[in-house]
Amino acid sequence: MSRSLSITAPETQAEHRLRALLESGLPLTPRPWRTLAEQCAMSEGEVMACVQRWQEVGLIKRMGLVVRHHALGVCANAMVVWDVPDEAVGELGRRLAAEPAVTLCYRRPRRLPDWPYNLFCMIHGTRRDRVLATLDEIVERQALQAIPHRVLFSLKAYKQRGGRYTREDDSHDRRTPQPA
Amino acid sequence: MAALDLLDRRLIDAYQRGLPICERPYAAMAEQLGVSEDEVVERLQSLQDEQVLSRVGPVFDHARAGASLLAAVAVPEAERDEVAAVINRSAGVNHNYAREDLAREDLAREDQAREHRYNLWFVMTAADEGELEARLDALEAELGKPLLRLPMLEGFHIDLGFPIPWAELEVP
Repeated sequence: MSRSLSITAPETQAEHRLRALLESGLPLTPRPWRTLAEQCAMSEGEVMACVQRWQEVGLIKRMGLVVRHHALGVCANAMVVWDVPDEAVGELGRRLAAEPAVTLCYRRPRRLPDWPYNLFCMIHGTRRDRVLATLDEIVERQALQAIPHRVLFSLKAYKQRGGRYTREDDSHDRRTPQPA
Repeated sequence: MAALDLLDRRLIDAYQRGLPICERPYAAMAEQLGVSEDEVVERLQSLQDEQVLSRVGPVFDHARAGASLLAAVAVPEAERDEVAAVINRSAGVNHNYAREDLAREDLAREDQAREHRYNLWFVMTAADEGELEARLDALEAELGKPLLRLPMLEGFHIDLGFPIPWAELEVP
């Protein structure tokens, strides 16, 4: 199961508020950290130190422009699922993650008998045929011919936004998510 | 599709990660790119308005930020939009996609019949596991259909953002 790992615990109320605000993005004001600080009863310096710490401990994976690929024409988005023998899944996951075309790679449980697939990766591209050609190259390069896989292309995005992990009443959506 | 000029592209190429944590981050970015702070702020605002960016800010690690889970449900195509709307209204849903299983010739036919029915895929998040389970149970009851629940067990990828293939986008 995914863990609720409190690596920064105990998180103060102000920090919790800051995290809720950050989930909907950084204000586009000249001093965004100060704008956030004013909204969660912290100083600008405390906000920056806190965000820095969250980056260092890995709570924040990256900080920057979060692109909606579909809006740019990177429209083909394939979720490739693999049925890998349990003893090989960790090693194969690391190899797939190292492929430049693979944008995400996760191990998940099988749900037999309906769902035998235990490794998931995402491949984005401009067109389906290019994504499939890339996948074929990966199968070839990593010698995965014997590993059953399926390709699920996105057909329509009904919702795409950042995760909200804080309690709902703590955050205020500043934007309405739009389908791609 | 949004038309992006060179500055937009340079911003996207340079700052999908590593946004500076200093008092005036947009000024620091502007200095790196040789433009003014106002230009950077205006561009980011218009990229957000045009929905090219969902936001500027942090991407939290799902496993550490709280509880999250990938779920799927099988619905008849005719009901797909309606069911997707119910899922979207559910608290904690941040991604919700219709996906189609690309039937590949190398797979057995009975496999395809069994599995291609999972056509709505969504990510649900919550502050903790208890709240997440409660949300999924409530949605499952509302839909009257079983949810395929697929928590992440291990993440192999370091999220660095995605290099945009500008050249491919220009050649149709």
